[in-house]
Amino acid sequence: MADRRSMPVSLLAIIATLSIGNVVAASSVVHPVSDPHRSAAVELFTSAGRSLSLEETYEALRTFEVLGIGKAELRSDGCSSVLDVLKLASSSPKELYYALKVNQLSKCSSERAVFEVAASRLKAALSDVSSLLDYHYSVGGLVLIKDLSPDVDVALTDAKGTFQSIKALSQSDGRWRYGSNNPESSTYAAGVALDTLAGIVKLEDSEIGSSMISAVSNDIKKLFDSIEKYDDGTFYFDEKVVESLEYRGPLATSSVVVVGLSSFASATSEKIDIPGEVFSGLAKFFLAIGVPGDSKDLFYQINALACLEDNRVSIPLILSLPATVLSLSKKDQLKVRVTTVLGANSPPLKLKLRQALKSDSADISVIDSQELKHDSSGGFYYLDVLPDSIDVGKYKFVFQILLEDPEHKKSYATGGRIHVPIYVSGVVIVENAVISVLDSDLGTVDTQKKLDLDKQNDISLSANHLQKLRLSFQLSTPRGLAYTPHQAFLRLKHETKVEHIFVVGNSGKQFELVLDFLRLVEKFYYLSGKYELELAVGDSVMENSFLWPLGYIELDMPEAPEKAPRPPPVAADPHSRFEVKAEIQHIFRAPEKRPPEALSLAFLGLSFLPFIGFLGGLLRLGVNLKNFPSSPVPATFAFLFQVGIGAVLGLYMLFWLKLDLFTTLKVLGLLGTFLLLVGHRILSHLAATSAKMKSA
Amino acid sequence: MARSTGEDAQALIRSLRSAYAATPKNLKIIDLYVAFAVSTALIQVVYMALVGSFPFNSFLSGVLSCVGTAVLAVCLRIQLNKDNKEFKDLAPERAFADFVLCNLVLHLVIMNFLG
Repeated sequence: MADRRSMPVSLLAIIATLSIGNVVAASSVVHPVSDPHRSAAVELFTSAGRSLSLEETYEALRTFEVLGIGKAELRSDGCSSVLDVLKLASSSPKELYYALKVNQLSKCSSERAVFEVAASRLKAALSDVSSLLDYHYSVGGLVLIKDLSPDVDVALTDAKGTFQSIKALSQSDGRWRYGSNNPESSTYAAGVALDTLAGIVKLEDSEIGSSMISAVSNDIKKLFDSIEKYDDGTFYFDEKVVESLEYRGPLATSSVVVVGLSSFASATSEKIDIPGEVFSGLAKFFLAIGVPGDSKDLFYQINALACLEDNRVSIPLILSLPATVLSLSKKDQLKVRVTTVLGANSPPLKLKLRQALKSDSADISVIDSQELKHDSSGGFYYLDVLPDSIDVGKYKFVFQILLEDPEHKKSYATGGRIHVPIYVSGVVIVENAVISVLDSDLGTVDTQKKLDLDKQNDISLSANHLQKLRLSFQLSTPRGLAYTPHQAFLRLKHETKVEHIFVVGNSGKQFELVLDFLRLVEKFYYLSGKYELELAVGDSVMENSFLWPLGYIELDMPEAPEKAPRPPPVAADPHSRFEVKAEIQHIFRAPEKRPPEALSLAFLGLSFLPFIGFLGGLLRLGVNLKNFPSSPVPATFAFLFQVGIGAVLGLYMLFWLKLDLFTTLKVLGLLGTFLLLVGHRILSHLAATSAKMKSA
Repeated sequence: MARSTGEDAQALIRSLRSAYAATPKNLKIIDLYVAFAVSTALIQVVYMALVGSFPFNSFLSGVLSCVGTAVLAVCLRIQLNKDNKEFKDLAPERAFADFVLCNLVLHLVIMNFLG
């Protein structure tokens, strides 16, 4: 009934929200490429102190070209080495490729003969190629020759076959392998492969069928499915396996993939189905690095941004703010720039400030959605005045870029709702500051002094332990609302440098602290005397945070009783708490009290007495050895029997003195068997003898 | 009356002594041995009472050695006594062998527990 009807409505709402697409909360501020990048480029590429290789020369020239820096900054444009390499018959495809790249940028030579030699060299290399990088250099070199000198023959002998052998190296997750005998797949290799395949299409687009191209588009889609992202909406590529020797890091990997994608998109007219937010996220990734400190990283960054700037799929627009701290007292204006990644102007658009979310109530916007005005001379968008509802504090401003031309909506990525942290600072008004001494029971005021918290004060008060100290003041924001700063402390410091810090609590605008000295007598260690008063009130968005000495209070405390805690000794050196401490002597369990040795020995002697008594008694009874067998064989057995028993007892003595149980048991086993045999013999002999005597 | 109890006691003791004199010598030897073992145990208990039972395992080991061997000797005496109809068919050598074996086992355990 009601549920069934509301369900399609809510479903529709969900679909609508999803179709808006970019609900990603992007919340960091990046800046487009600007002058710091340019000066860093000049510094990094010219400070090598040695002559650059062709690859490094190409990277420098390309970076300078994108940033608009003149080539003269680079001392040599490498032309001599370019011509050497191009003419040499034994140059590798990699050297030819970079030489041609440098040639394209510095225009060293355009002689047809030179290019013909290079082209034939590259075509020969293609027939003998084994790895993806070799394909890349050869095909790329041929594309460059075609651009520079169109009448040189760069036709590939088997474009379709080459395309398919490169495509064969692709993996199911969109990554590529470097070669047929290399099992590891790499995202960097995917970027290189896409660039190479784009090159083949540029050379022989008639031969490459649309089915092959759409297969590569699928690979691109799968590759972009594995893109990684941060919570703030930044997207980047990285390798799955980072321990491989060829690992180059997320910057290089993302850069190469972006270059490969943009060259493939421009070479084919295939529709690449990647959402705009991915491009915005990639742009954010490259820009969030700021200015890299390494020339190769700078090249990767700038090259990737140049490809993002004019790619056929989706050009990201960057929102940047020159200042994120706005002062209410100085009446700062909110200024926003919207540019492309390289800092070029954006197409005509409207910039709306959708919400201003205060940090402690993140769901409710304190302002209505409003449009920022455009200053065409400065190229930025601004708000004349901050709305009245914006007060001192930390905010998140939510912007949205709205493109006017529907054609632009398809080719630009606006980044959805962009969250920007903004700090609004201002002068907090402190008024009605009063410090007073009150009589505790009745609350009547004994002394009361007004304070001027714009400057240091020098009041002097006196109180005894039966009274209370009361400090009160009011804080309000420039808009007149209550404000709770991060810190509001009152410090009392005694002459002996013992100090106590109290937090001044508040309810709304009124801040009040009452110190009841009767209860604080023990905390103050019963120390009477002069206490310095200091008040600290501060916050990061408060422009007039202060720490003022207020004056003195003479406290009269009672005498300390005997068991009162002593104040902790305040060390002269505040770092003395980090000194070496006294060594702790560990006390283990106290050993048991043992009897005096004399007593023990006496009892040892005493315990032998019964044995002596036993022997004496035996003598008295008249024991004799008459029954000892006289004939030799039984006699020996009898003797051995006695010896055996003695041996076992001796073994027991040894066991007690030093042996362990296992050894003892082993020896006992042997002795016991011997004793058993002997004992059996002698005792059975004795039994037989006595039976004979009885019967006889 | 007092005099008769004193005289009765003396008469009792005299008759006990004469009856005891009639026991075979081997049984008397065993009785002596038992007395020796028990008195050793008593001395150990007195010592422990004086100095405390600190190595308690040693005390137990000593006392139980004495008491154990006394018990085994009493068992031997029962088995050797000719008036005892139950053990009429048991050879005295066999009883003695049992006594020796049990003592050896007892003393192994005692030595282990002595510490």
